[in-house]
Amino acid sequence: MLIKKPADIRPSEITPPEWYARRRDFLKSAAVLGAVALLPPTLRGDLAQAADDDLKPTPYKDVTSYNNFYEFGPTKTAPAENAGGLRTSPWSVTVEGHCEKPGQYALEDFLAPHAPEERIYRLRCVEAWSMVVPWLGIPLGRILPRFQPTASAKYVELITLLDPAQMPGQRTRLLDWPYVEGLRMDEAMHPLTLLATGLYGKELPNQNGAPLRLVAPWKYGFKSVKSIVKIRFTEERPRTTWASENPDEYGFYANVNPEVDHPRWSQKRERRVGEFFRRDTLPFNGYAEQVASLYAGMDLRKEF
Amino acid sequence: MTARPSRFPSYGKFLLFCASLLPLAWLCWLVWQDRLGANPVETLSHRTGDWSLRFLLLTLAVTPLRRLTGWNGLQKFRRMLGLFAFFYVCLHFGVYLVFDQFFDLSAIFEDIAKRPYITVGFAGFLLLIPLAATSTNGMIKRLGRNWQRLHRLVYLIGVLGVAHYWWLVKADLSEPLLYGGVLAALLGYRLWWWRSHSATVKRSTR
Repeated sequence: MLIKKPADIRPSEITPPEWYARRRDFLKSAAVLGAVALLPPTLRGDLAQAADDDLKPTPYKDVTSYNNFYEFGPTKTAPAENAGGLRTSPWSVTVEGHCEKPGQYALEDFLAPHAPEERIYRLRCVEAWSMVVPWLGIPLGRILPRFQPTASAKYVELITLLDPAQMPGQRTRLLDWPYVEGLRMDEAMHPLTLLATGLYGKELPNQNGAPLRLVAPWKYGFKSVKSIVKIRFTEERPRTTWASENPDEYGFYANVNPEVDHPRWSQKRERRVGEFFRRDTLPFNGYAEQVASLYAGMDLRKEF
Repeated sequence: MTARPSRFPSYGKFLLFCASLLPLAWLCWLVWQDRLGANPVETLSHRTGDWSLRFLLLTLAVTPLRRLTGWNGLQKFRRMLGLFAFFYVCLHFGVYLVFDQFFDLSAIFEDIAKRPYITVGFAGFLLLIPLAATSTNGMIKRLGRNWQRLHRLVYLIGVLGVAHYWWLVKADLSEPLLYGGVLAALLGYRLWWWRSHSATVKRSTR
């Protein structure tokens, strides 16, 4: 079970964040744009390739100021503005459902046996933007067995804190609170699946889902439920928030798939935060080698 | 052309012209200051889209306001507001063309054909072109009554613009609702006005 970091995401591949400074200069010189537009298509393609430096972490400032966390408001900047007051300590996680050791655990105890490790993952939002985030976290597959899920545990449901006093977005009816996400058991146990407790070597900022959030890098970002207070082993597929909100647009699996468009926009390409032109979206967000076998034989157009 | 009631409108137009460029100036300032946020292209796209809709609604507000307040001088500003709506739509489309699609025509056609929000947005943009092109005094004269018929397209364009925004949003419909509400009020006022004035035939208003 204890598989080390996959070979394609070594920390050594990090490029210094200073590289990013150049993108700002690029925008400032609007003239460059006009010039680029006049280039022959082949040369333009080369430029796009040159920008293809795949696992440079997105700057900390962007990772922590451009968030979807509707509990703190519907805009990208609202979470950073409104999440400061969230009390993340003390925090407890309730484990329930089909397992031998249910109970309410203080976060420290919940995490105690494991040392967080760094994982640099691509994060692809269903809205066709993406980032690269150096997470700190613990593979969910190492945590879950401690609670001894039974044979009936087919799925894991993960639930965000429900507290409208602390989460102003929950005072509106934007979504059916609390936010619920879920994974099939084999997805939850997959070595890529992480319960993140930090990023950039620091504690997780509130707007990024402190103190505990899911990261399943081959799935659209909305699967990565934040500020988790409850983990439930279930036999039935959980009723997840976005999939029940709008079943035609958001599926349970939500695997990143450039071949299956969102009904309202294309998923073929994405804008990496910090880049100006879109890049191609990869099947399973570039993690096909690791996870495609989980879905062997499934029609990914139907089970999107 | 009728005689000018005062010199005020020309000052007014100049002021309006400058004021209408303020959103663009503000955006340029944000670009320069690197304050467009983590996704600057998205910000540019959204802001230019917002201002397109706002100028469109302002344009549509002129006639109802003129009738309600009796301030006929307002009419002088309508053309400029409409042209600024077109101006911001062009910027909005430009951001899409350059940054979202990078002149990839096949991707653009696919978007227009397959994504309803882009279909209606693009339709609104196309329909604005003849309106902008026939906004000169010469064209107004040449087209005569047909000018007014043609320019009634702006009601449809308003609906397309709001629908474009509406269908883009994931969950928080409050802003599209706001724009939709204003549009409904402005178009509703016209309906009411036409009904209540259909008996007394008036053909000279524009």
